Amino acid sequence: MQVYLPIAEIPVSVLLILAMGAAVGFISGLFGIGGGFLMTPLLIFLGIPPAIAVGTQQAQIAASSTTSALAAWRRDSIDLKLAAFLLGGGFVGTMLGVLFFALMRRAGQLELVIVVSYVSLFSVVGGLMLKESVSEFWRSRRGAARPVRRAGDHPAYLGLPFRMRFPRSKLYASVIPIVGLAMFIGFAGAVLGIGGGFILVPALLYLFRVPPAIVIGTSQFQILWTTLAATVLHAAINDAVDVVLALVLIVGGVFGAQFGARAGRNLRAELFRFLLALLVLAVGLRFAIELVLRPQEPFSLQILEIQP
Amino acid sequence: MRIALALLAGSLAAAPAQAETLIASLSTSRVAITSNYTGASIVVFGAIERDAQTISRAGPYDIVVMVRGPRASIVVRQKEPMGPIWLNREQQRFVDIPYYVAALSSRAVEQVATDQLRTRLKIGLRGVVYSPEVSVFRGGEADGPFREALLRLQKQERLWIESARGVTFLTSSLFRSPVQIPAIAPPGNYEVDVMLFSDNVMLSRSQTNFELVKTGFEQQVAAVAREWSILYGLVVAAVALLFGWIASVIFRRD
Repeated sequence: MQVYLPIAEIPVSVLLILAMGAAVGFISGLFGIGGGFLMTPLLIFLGIPPAIAVGTQQAQIAASSTTSALAAWRRDSIDLKLAAFLLGGGFVGTMLGVLFFALMRRAGQLELVIVVSYVSLFSVVGGLMLKESVSEFWRSRRGAARPVRRAGDHPAYLGLPFRMRFPRSKLYASVIPIVGLAMFIGFAGAVLGIGGGFILVPALLYLFRVPPAIVIGTSQFQILWTTLAATVLHAAINDAVDVVLALVLIVGGVFGAQFGARAGRNLRAELFRFLLALLVLAVGLRFAIELVLRPQEPFSLQILEIQP
Repeated sequence: MRIALALLAGSLAAAPAQAETLIASLSTSRVAITSNYTGASIVVFGAIERDAQTISRAGPYDIVVMVRGPRASIVVRQKEPMGPIWLNREQQRFVDIPYYVAALSSRAVEQVATDQLRTRLKIGLRGVVYSPEVSVFRGGEADGPFREALLRLQKQERLWIESARGVTFLTSSLFRSPVQIPAIAPPGNYEVDVMLFSDNVMLSRSQTNFELVKTGFEQQVAAVAREWSILYGLVVAAVALLFGWIASVIFRRD
C-alpha cells in the first residue's frame, strides 16, 4: 500500500515503513536506546531526502522515549536535578545543531557531513563500548572483581569549578562537563537524526559513574525533551518534518519497542553491552565502506531548489 | 452578412498560404496528487490541419512532443579518490533546468531535425542538457562528463524520458502521445511543446501546459507546514507525545 508523503513529495510503501519501524523499535526496546542511528540511514537508503529523514526521525524518537520516560517516572528513577542541567545544555546544542544543519544544507555539504560524522562518531563510540565489554568479559572469566572505587578517587574533569551535589545520582561534580556533554549530544542528535542515547548512557555510566537505574531513566527523560525541541526546530527552520512519515514510523516503532523490551529482559548484561557495541560499530563500518570503496556511480546529484 | 463574408474572405486571403496548422490538446490540464498517488499518465492529442492552399510535402510529417516540468537548480558532483577515501571534488551547477523532461517523437529526433535546430529548440534530452543557458561550458570537454552524468542519473530515475516511438499517428493527420509522470516528479507547472516537422524544417508549433498539484489533505499539510511552521512542529511533537503515552497505557504491566 503506497502513501504519498506531503512534505517529502514522494510515495512510500506504508507496510515497508511500518515493518522497518517495528524492527528498529524492537532493537531500541531491546537495548533501551532510541534507534535513530539505525532508522535515519535506512530512511535515506529508501530514497527519503536526508534532511527529511533526519527531521522526521526526531519525532519518532520523541514518541518512543515518551513511553520509556513515563515508565522511568513511575519507577521514580529520574534524577530531575541532573536532568535539568542536561536539558539546559541539550537545548543549546540542539539549537546550534539545527542551525548548522541549515547552513550545511545551503552549502551543499550536508551529505558529506552526515556520512563523515556517522563514521567517526560510531567507530569511536562503538570501539570504546566493544573494548569495555570485552575487558569486562575477560575479568568475569578470570573471576577478578571490578576495581573498587575509593572515596576521593575521581577523574580531573569532575573537579572543575561550579561543583554541585546530585544526591540521586550519588554524584558530586562540576556542571561544566555535564552541560558540555549534553550540548555535544544535542548538537550531534540534531545533525544526525539520532537521540544520542547510545552516547549519553555510556557517558553517564563510565565517565560520571551514575548508578545504572538512574542513568536509563534520566537519559530517556533528557532525550524526550531534546528530540521534542529538535522536531519543532527542524519543522520551523528547515521544513524537514513530514507528519505522515512520522506517524507511520511512530506506530511501528512504539509497538516494536514493547516486544524488544520484553526480549531484553532475558538478555545478560555483558552480552547486551557486547551486542550493542557490535551494532554501533557495524553502522559506523557501513558508512566507512561507502567512503572507502570505489563508487559504482562516481557522480551524484543534489537538488538545490525546485521552482513550482 | 455581406460585410462578415467579406471579412472572412479577407482573413483567409491574408493567412500564409503554405503553412499547416497544428492543434494539440491534453487529456487533462490538472493532475491531482492524492494520498494514494503513485504517478500519472496523461495523453497529448493533436491534429495537423491542411487546407486547399497548403503545399504538398515530399517527406512525411514528424511530430516532436517535449514536456518540461518545474525548473530546478541541480549540482552534479564527481567523487574522486583522495588518499584512501572517496570525496566529492569537482562539481558543476545547472540552473533553470527542467527536473522532469519527456522527449517524445514519431522518429528519432536526430532524423527529425538538424543538430543546430535541436539545440536551438532544445529538442531531445541532449538538446536540453547541452543547452547553453543551463550551465557554463568549460574549456574543452571538461563539462561533458557532468552533462552526461545528469542525463544518465535523471534517466535512471525515469524523470527524463526519451522515446523515438513516443508519438503515434492514428491517421496521416491525427496523432497521440502518452506521457508517463513518475511519482517522484515534483508538483508544479508542466509545459507541453508540440512541434511539427517535415524535411528538417519546423512547420508549426503549439504550446500548452498542465499542472501537477497536491490536493486535499496533502495540500493542506504542505500549506500548514509552510505558513505556520512552528505550529506544525508543535502539532507533530504533540502527536509524538500522545502516541508515546498511549503505548505506555496499553502496555502498562502493573
